Amino acid sequence: MSSTPTAAPAIELIGIDKKFGAVHANKNINLTVAKGSIHGIIGENGAGKSTLMSILYGFYHADGGSIRINGKDTVIHDSQAAISAGIGMVHQHFMLVENFSVLENVILGVEGGALLGRGVSEARSALKRLEADYGLEVDPDAIIEELPVGLQQRVEILKALYRGAEILILDEPTGVLTPAEADHLFKILGVLRDQGKTIVLITHKLREIMAITDTVSVMRRGEMVATRKTQETTVEELAELMVGRRVLLRVEKGPAAPSDVVLSVRNLTVKDGRGVTMVDNVSFDVRAGEVVGIAGVAGNGQSELLEAITGIRKPASGEILMHGQPVTGFDSARLRQLGLGHIPEDRHHMGLVLGFEESENSILGYHRDVRYGRGPMLDLDACREDAKDKIEKYDIRPPNCRLKTANFSGGNQQKIVVAREIERDPALLVVGQPTRGVDIGAIEFIHRRLIAMRDAGKAVLLVSVELDEIRSLSDRILVMFAGRVVGEKTPDTGEQTLGLMMAGIAA
Amino acid sequence: MENLDLISILGSTIRLSIPLIFTALAGLFTERAGVFDIGLEGKMLFSAFAAAVAAFMTGSPWLGLLSGITVSVLISLIHGFASITNRGNQIVSGVAINFLASGLTAVLGQAWFSQGGRTPPLAVSARFTEIIFPYAAELRDTGFLGRFYANVISGHNILTYLAFIAVPASWWVLYRTRFGLRLRAVGENPGAVDTAGISVTWLRYRATICAGILCGCAGTYLSIAQSAGFVKDMSAGKGYIALAALIFAKWRPVPVMLACLLFGFLDAFANFMQGKNVPGIGEVPVQIFQALPYVLTCVLLAGFIGVARPPKAGGVPYVKER
Amino acid sequence: MSTASVPLPNWITYGLMPFLNLVVAFLISGAVVWFIGESPLDAVTLLLQGALGNGEGIGFTLYYATNFIFTGLSVAVAYHAGLFNIGSEGQAYVGGLGAALASLALDHYVPWYVTMPFAVIGAAIFGAAWALIPAWLQAKRGSHIVITTIMFNFIGAAMMVYLLVHVLIVPGKMAPETRVFLEGGQLPKLDWLIAMFGGKIGAAPFNASFLIALFMCVAVWILIWRTKLGYEIRTLGASPTAAVYAGIPYVKTVIITMLISGGLAGMMALNPVLGASARLQVEFVGGAGFVGIAVSLMGRSHPIGIVLAAILFGVLYQGGDALSFDMPKITRDMIVVIQGLVILFAGALEYLFRPAIVRVWQRFGKA
Repeated sequence: MSSTPTAAPAIELIGIDKKFGAVHANKNINLTVAKGSIHGIIGENGAGKSTLMSILYGFYHADGGSIRINGKDTVIHDSQAAISAGIGMVHQHFMLVENFSVLENVILGVEGGALLGRGVSEARSALKRLEADYGLEVDPDAIIEELPVGLQQRVEILKALYRGAEILILDEPTGVLTPAEADHLFKILGVLRDQGKTIVLITHKLREIMAITDTVSVMRRGEMVATRKTQETTVEELAELMVGRRVLLRVEKGPAAPSDVVLSVRNLTVKDGRGVTMVDNVSFDVRAGEVVGIAGVAGNGQSELLEAITGIRKPASGEILMHGQPVTGFDSARLRQLGLGHIPEDRHHMGLVLGFEESENSILGYHRDVRYGRGPMLDLDACREDAKDKIEKYDIRPPNCRLKTANFSGGNQQKIVVAREIERDPALLVVGQPTRGVDIGAIEFIHRRLIAMRDAGKAVLLVSVELDEIRSLSDRILVMFAGRVVGEKTPDTGEQTLGLMMAGIAA
Repeated sequence: MENLDLISILGSTIRLSIPLIFTALAGLFTERAGVFDIGLEGKMLFSAFAAAVAAFMTGSPWLGLLSGITVSVLISLIHGFASITNRGNQIVSGVAINFLASGLTAVLGQAWFSQGGRTPPLAVSARFTEIIFPYAAELRDTGFLGRFYANVISGHNILTYLAFIAVPASWWVLYRTRFGLRLRAVGENPGAVDTAGISVTWLRYRATICAGILCGCAGTYLSIAQSAGFVKDMSAGKGYIALAALIFAKWRPVPVMLACLLFGFLDAFANFMQGKNVPGIGEVPVQIFQALPYVLTCVLLAGFIGVARPPKAGGVPYVKER
Repeated sequence: MSTASVPLPNWITYGLMPFLNLVVAFLISGAVVWFIGESPLDAVTLLLQGALGNGEGIGFTLYYATNFIFTGLSVAVAYHAGLFNIGSEGQAYVGGLGAALASLALDHYVPWYVTMPFAVIGAAIFGAAWALIPAWLQAKRGSHIVITTIMFNFIGAAMMVYLLVHVLIVPGKMAPETRVFLEGGQLPKLDWLIAMFGGKIGAAPFNASFLIALFMCVAVWILIWRTKLGYEIRTLGASPTAAVYAGIPYVKTVIITMLISGGLAGMMALNPVLGASARLQVEFVGGAGFVGIAVSLMGRSHPIGIVLAAILFGVLYQGGDALSFDMPKITRDMIVVIQGLVILFAGALEYLFRPAIVRVWQRFGKA
């Protein structure tokens, strides 16, 4: 049921622009959402969806543009203003006080008076009514940390409804839900829509878009690329719009010649810090002389998979083997000794210590090696010579091994990490987001190096959210969605097909 | 042991626990809001000094109390400014306050009164004195309960009774008011409070002000109720014992009171045991009782007697996520 | 634009800002002095004269500085690993026990230079042992090391008082202290060092532990910046996630760091116990553990900075003594006030001036 054509749209975003330093997160976004509808915003990570919604909810201020709610110009300078404007947000990472009860979390901020007596009992009845109206049953006195994640999310929704939200924004709501819970959520959203609420659903999953939304917008690289009526489009069209076309940086490479299996992952299951299963029974091999690329939208378990393979996180179950030897649960030091090299996804917090000099980062993880000093001592000259070698080989600029790493550009920082790991000549190189925040020249350089590793007979496991990168470098592509490997494809597979798989539509 | 000794130990226990109760409740407010306060010791000392000076100058214990509270609140605001607004290291700020307290009170004391850092002795009228409950004198000699009534329940000064009222009052504020709900929330998940449109900063400042008021009472008690004036460094580590009691009580008001009474009892018992022989062991060194509160707290922190789960956001300045 | 993310050159971060912090601390102290009715300028003059004006003054200054060098190093080593060791006060106290035992055992039989290494090792081992349990609790159980070290300060004090009153006391005497060590258990005074600069040491207990302290400065420097362990410590402190990535073991590193930190604090005891009073007494640490925190903060956890900061505080201590002599209104406690202000500004409010400095720097510095 949609609104009559003459009613003012619930949300109008006009020319919204936002930069974070050099990153242009939202480029002149225009968006209109009709009242009493469910509107989906789809896009890969980094497309700018969350930033846009954070602006709508008052968490960030837009650099330019304006917002109209129900036809009225509205300035949203903080969350309080957003709440007053009838906007409620269900965050991806819940904003709940874990040792409070459901009721306490719901009334936080709208307690109904300085004393918690009468206000609480009134809230309790109001809450019960809300729960019944929308099918969001949950025990008001249950303690949050004892509830399953699906019920915790209900509390987030109840919070928004309790404050009289007419517009609900849900940010990747099904990431932590089982399929059954997700279906139940969609039912609830339908009920809300039918009662006149406006819902904005941010997601990267095409299945959800097709299942529940009335209209859908596609964002890519900070821009609003297209808006469609859901009934008038197809998954294929959306997938194509989502991953898009751009200038390909194809690397010159010959055919691969894979030989022995170096890495073997068997029935691996990994849980995150909250106990949510992020990697679900995954199995695959990586051979010497090949690049295996794992494609997928961020948040589908790739990070946890990498952490398990590189010794940073212990898996919940399953096996990891290197050269046929079980290495499950080994720490990163041991794995390095067995020939693992790791270019991590997060170079700022993991791959480098930004406060260190370049030469100090050049030995991170390998600092115990005798070539960097005999016994307990560190031979600074040897470290610096080694660093200078790498600087030259990898054209790291500025060529100053004494400079603090924070002063290097993103691309050069990444080259420091790449140089360090590749120069160890590992048998298995695990790489995550190698060219995130890296300039074009460095991208080319790094890509060529990765292919060189493969041609030298090394096994390379590559995880990237950049589909082009995956298609350009990989000899085999595995697509991950919701913690599972949903398919294996060759690199000449069409973007659309891969995009569909990445968005959860089976091949 | 004779009954009289038990009574006098219990009376001592109460007297020694009062500054602990006030101070531990103060720590309860700030730590529940997510601000670490190592500076409780310093605040107690500052307010003890201020109270003694004011009481001496004006002759009124109530003005002394007001002065003690005011100074303590001011110091709390400084700590708040450093750790909340400036996002400085909360532990360092607390240590600094303790130093400042120890030094400044002695310096000013010496400069103003030239008595080696102390304030001149207070006349009885300038102090909080005993409040005798009805029939206490008559009941004193009528058996254990009578003596208990006369010596343990009756005969304390008003701040003592105030301390025991402060416990349920604190409970009520924390669990029955909007302010308390938000305060407890901000110590666990400041993001939840922020997204609900509530100012995290202002909430934490108010928590430190509450702490300031309570510490002010603690310090005032020391100098013009328990004693007759300020003496250099008279807080003597009580701020740290209060901190230990707070942790031992797992950050809840009524257990805090019980923990403070327990530690006060250990103190009183230690004093009592000095010079006395236990059959078979000989004289028990007083140091064992002195060390016991700290040992117990460490045992608790190690997780050996239940889990001590501090407020999640404790000690970390709040910065909006990017 | 937020000023917090603008990087400043090293000389501003490590030179100008600490200097500004110091200046503000002194200005406020000066205000307090003026408030009491004395002249701040006179006070400063008397202070400096008392601390540096003659050989004896310098001797006392360096004697105090020695204490602070040890405790400053102790706090600094832990800080490099991201740990806040508030317990150096207690670790120094217990370290004194180790040093004293060595002297008591050997002073009848051997000269001081034979006793010395045993005393050093004894002090270090006992100090380290006192840091072991808090370290283990932090590493294995996640108990906050700040709280546990504070607790252990008090437990240590209680234990030491008990030992001095009941076990180590000289039979028949009243004072809770050990017997006086013979020359074989003492550390010699450095009167010749003062004489080299043309002064007379007088009554100052300036002794050989100063040289041990300087030696430990070099040792700590080598450890932190020239060994693999030091690299791991610094990585852990700078980025715990990078440490996990690099395969640096958390538990082992935390415990070893705290043992070293405790050992350094323990060595502080050599100065008063073997070098000055030649016996183990109650409360000989006298707050040096906490001053060590200030010294480490001011010296930015670097041995050179620590030595300079330690000498500064030595000047304050000795000068303060001399000052209270001539200006009875200003007691030794004034020094404690200055100390508190320094800690407040160098530690908690260190970024108070940063936004203003950044703006000035952006205006003029880029030229």
